[in-house]
Amino acid sequence: MLRVAKRYPLTLLPVFALSACNMDVLQPAGPVGVREARLLAETTGAMLIVVIPVFILTILFAWRYRDGAPERRYNAKFSGSTPIELTIWGIPLAIIIVLGVMDWRSTLALDPFKPLPGHMPTLRIDAVSMDWKWLFIYPDQHVATIDQLVIPTGTQIAFSITSDTVMNVFFIPRLGTQIYAMAGMQTQDHLLAKNPGTFRGISANFSGEGFPEMHFSTKAVSPRDFAAWITQTQSAPGNLDAAAYAKLKKPGVQDAPAIFGHADPALFEAILHEDSGTPAPPHKNTPPPVKAQ
Amino acid sequence: MFGKLAFNQIPISSPIIMVAVAFEVIAALAVLSFITKKHGWGYLWREWLTSVDHKKIGVMYIIVALVMLLRGFVDAMMMRTQQAIADGSNTGFLPPHHYDQFFSEHGVIMIFFVAMPLIIGLMNIVVPLQIGTRDVAFPFLNSVSLWLVVAAALLLNISLAIGDFAKTGWVAYPPLSELTYSPDVGVDYYIWVLQLSGFSSLFTGINFFVTIVKRRAPGMGFFRMPIFTWTAFCTVMLMMIAFPILTVALALLAFDRYCGTHFFTNDLGGNAMMYVNLFWAWGHPEVYILMLPAFGVYSEVFPTFAGKPLFAYRTMVYATVCITVLSFMVWLHHFFTMGSAASVNAFFGIMTMIIAVPTGVKIFSWIFTIYGGRLRFTVPVLWSLGFIITFTIGGMTGVILAIPGNDYVLHNSLFLVAHFHNVLIGGVLFGMFAGYNYWFPKAAGFTLNEAWGKAAFWFWITGFYVAFMPLYILGFMGMTRRLAHYDNPAWQPYLILAFFGAVLISIGIFCQVAQLYISIRDRALNRDLTGDPWNARTLEWSIPSPPPFYNFARTPHVESIDAFWMEKQNPSKSSSPEYVDIELPKNTASGFIIGVLDGVLAFGLIWHIWWLAILTLIGITATVIARAFQSEVDYTIPAAKIAQLEAARTQT
Repeated sequence: MLRVAKRYPLTLLPVFALSACNMDVLQPAGPVGVREARLLAETTGAMLIVVIPVFILTILFAWRYRDGAPERRYNAKFSGSTPIELTIWGIPLAIIIVLGVMDWRSTLALDPFKPLPGHMPTLRIDAVSMDWKWLFIYPDQHVATIDQLVIPTGTQIAFSITSDTVMNVFFIPRLGTQIYAMAGMQTQDHLLAKNPGTFRGISANFSGEGFPEMHFSTKAVSPRDFAAWITQTQSAPGNLDAAAYAKLKKPGVQDAPAIFGHADPALFEAILHEDSGTPAPPHKNTPPPVKAQ
Repeated sequence: MFGKLAFNQIPISSPIIMVAVAFEVIAALAVLSFITKKHGWGYLWREWLTSVDHKKIGVMYIIVALVMLLRGFVDAMMMRTQQAIADGSNTGFLPPHHYDQFFSEHGVIMIFFVAMPLIIGLMNIVVPLQIGTRDVAFPFLNSVSLWLVVAAALLLNISLAIGDFAKTGWVAYPPLSELTYSPDVGVDYYIWVLQLSGFSSLFTGINFFVTIVKRRAPGMGFFRMPIFTWTAFCTVMLMMIAFPILTVALALLAFDRYCGTHFFTNDLGGNAMMYVNLFWAWGHPEVYILMLPAFGVYSEVFPTFAGKPLFAYRTMVYATVCITVLSFMVWLHHFFTMGSAASVNAFFGIMTMIIAVPTGVKIFSWIFTIYGGRLRFTVPVLWSLGFIITFTIGGMTGVILAIPGNDYVLHNSLFLVAHFHNVLIGGVLFGMFAGYNYWFPKAAGFTLNEAWGKAAFWFWITGFYVAFMPLYILGFMGMTRRLAHYDNPAWQPYLILAFFGAVLISIGIFCQVAQLYISIRDRALNRDLTGDPWNARTLEWSIPSPPPFYNFARTPHVESIDAFWMEKQNPSKSSSPEYVDIELPKNTASGFIIGVLDGVLAFGLIWHIWWLAILTLIGITATVIARAFQSEVDYTIPAAKIAQLEAARTQT
C-alpha cells in the first residue's frame, strides 16, 4: 500500500477523501448504525457481482463488434440463445433471492419500533418536531431541552416521536435509523451510543422556511455524567407549562439550545391528542410505548 | 373583482426574479416579433396550432420539452450555485423563499414538462409510423392533450412573475401543502398545473392505447410490433391506470384548500399519510411511464446500428410487461421510514428488488444485441452505451435503497437525490436524446450534425458524473436534501465539485443548441433523400423523410418483426401500384381553444377569480359540445391525387 502510494500518489486520493471527511453514515457510533453500515457494504458487494460484468461486457462487446472489426465476427442472424437467456434471467434472479433473504432478516432485526436486543438500561425520551426546532422531553426526569439532546452511553434510548407541525424526520446519522415525525401520530425509534461523543442531529424532511437551521446536537456522555447533568438541569430555571409551550409554538428558528428545569411529562400525550383533533387515542400504527426500566 | 390578485403579488423587489422574468418576456417577444416579421401567423395557425397531424403534434411536444429543459436547468444551476457557497455564515444569494420555489419547480418541470413531453412527443412521431397507420385513433383528443400541456407550462412560468410557486418540494406533502402552512397561491399553482398536465397524460394514454390496439397494419400481430411500440403500449397502460390516482389526490388536496375539508389535515380525522400513499401510488408507476419508452428507444437503436436483430425479442417483451405489472406493487418504498410494520417494509423492499430482475435482463439483452454485430458509433449509440453504464450504477443504488435497513440511513439524503438523477438522467434523458438524434431525420427530413452531437454527449456524461457522484458521498456524510443553507464545512468541497459538474452539463446543453442550429442552417447538405438514413429495420423508415401528410401511400402488410428489414432483404415482387382513397382528419381550432380556456380557468381558480373561472368553464363546455356536433371532421384524398403526389415525389 505504502509503496503504491509512493509511486502513484494520486491512487490514494479517493481513499483519502473517504477517510478524512466525516462519513457519518459509514462511521456509526452505535450498534444500530453499525448493523446498517454493514448491510450497506454487503448489499453493495452483492450488486457488484452483476454490475461489474455489465461494465466489462458492454465495453468489450462495443469494441470487439464495432463497425470495421474483422468481418468474420459479424453474425447478422444471431437473435437469441436459450442458454444465454436462461443465464441472464437466472443470475439477476439468484442475486435478488440472496438480497431478498438479507432484506427480510435485516428489516425485522432493524425494526425501529422494537427495543434493541439484549439486556440494557433504557431511557425514555419524547421528541417533538416544531417550526423549526426539536423539543426533547425526558418524561421520567421531568426535564426538557430544545435543540440539544443529552444521552447516556451504553443505554438504550427509547424515543417516542411526534410533530406539532408539518412532517419532519428525526435523524442522528451517526447513530442510525431515522423516522418520520408526524402530527397526531406517534412513531418510535430505539438507538444507542456506544461511546461518549457529540453527534449531529437533523430533520431529514423539508418542513418550510426554517428547515435548514433545524438541527440539534446529540451529546453522548457516561451514565455518571448523565446523572450529574440531570441533577443540574432539574435545578435550572424554566418551567415548560402550557404558557411556555404556547410561546415555543410560534414559528421561528432557535438561536441557541435551551433547557427547562421542569417539564410536564404529560405534555407529549397532550400534543399528540390535540393534533389528532379528537380525544380518541392516536392513530394505530404504533404499539404501546416501551416502559422504562 | 380580481380575487386574491393584486399588484403587490409581482415580486418587483426581488432582482433575481425580475431578471428572470425580463429574460423570459424578452425571449417571448423575440419569438413573436420574428413570426410577425416573417408573416408567419397564418402559416403557424393553419399548419401547426390547429393541426391534428400526429407528426406535427409530436414535434410541438418536443419543442415544449426542450424549452422547458432550459428553464428547469436554470433552476438546477441556481440550486447548485447556492449550495456551493451557502456554508456557515454565508447564506448565499437565494433566500429560502426563492430557493424553496426553485427546487419545487425544478422537480415539477423536469418530470411533467421535460420528461413527459419528450416521451409523448416521440411516441406521437414514431408509434403511428411504426405500426403503419395514418394517424392516432383520436386525432382531436391528441390536439387537446398537447394544448393542455402547453397551457400548464405557461401557467408555471407565469407563477414566476405573478405570485409564488409552491415552496413544498415537488411532492407537496400535506400538512405543509395545506392552507395553514402554505397560505399563498404557490400550492394552488402546483395543483392546477399538475391537474392540466395530468389530464393531458390521461388523454394521451387512452388515445395511444386504442391506437395501438386497433390501428396496427394488417398482419402486425402483437408479437410483430416493434419494441418501441411495445414499450409505448405498456407506458400508456400505466398512464391510464396511474394518472387518475394523481388527479384524485390533488383534487382532495384542492378540496382541503378551497372548501375547508379535512382529508389530509392533522385534525378532524384527516391523515396526511393518505396523500403520501396516493401520491406514490401514482408516483412510482410514473417512474416507469418515463423509463419504458426510453428502454424502447435503446431497443431500436442497438439493433439498427449493430446491423442485427434485437437479442431475445420475446424476452424483452416479457420483461417490459413484468416491469409494467410490478411497478404498481412497490410504492411504499418511498416511505419506509414512516413507521410501517417491519414485515410490510420487508415485503415492499423485496417487491422493489424483483423489478431489478427484468431490468437486468433488458440490460443483458442489449449487450447481446451488440454481440456479433457491426456497431456504428453514431450519436444515438453513444447515448445508449452511456446509458448502459450510467443506468447500471443507478440501478445498483436503487437496489441498495430498496432494502429498508439501508433506506433507514439514506432516505431523503443526497444519496437518494443522486440515485434518482442517476436513473432519470442516465436512463430517461439519455434515451430521449438518443431517440431525438435517431428519429430527427424522419421528422425533419435531414440528419443532425454528428460532431456537435458527440461533443454534447461527452460534456453531458462527464458533467453528469462530476455533478452527481459527489452527491452520493454527501449522502454518506449525512447531508439531507432541500437545504438552502448548511453549517458543515466538510460538505462544501463536494458541493463545489457538483457545481462544476453542472457547468459541464451546461456546456453539453450549449452543444445541443448549437447542433440544432447548425443542422438547420446546413440542412441542404444533410438531406435524408432515402427515408432510411441508418439502414434501419422498422416501418417508419420505409417511407420518405419527412413523411407525406398521409404517411403511407399504401397500407403496408406485415409478415414478421423488423418488417422493413425483411422487405429490404427479400423485396417482394408483387408491387401493387393501385392506390385507394385515404381519409384523414381535418384540422380544428377546438383543441387549441380548449387548451387556452383551460389555462385561463386554472388561473382564475388559483387567484379565486370566480367569474373568470365560471366563464371559461362555460366556454370549454360550449367548445366541446360544438365540436361534438361537427359531423364533417374528416376529408378524403382521392386515389388519383395520391398517385399524382407519389409520382411527383419519385421524380424529384
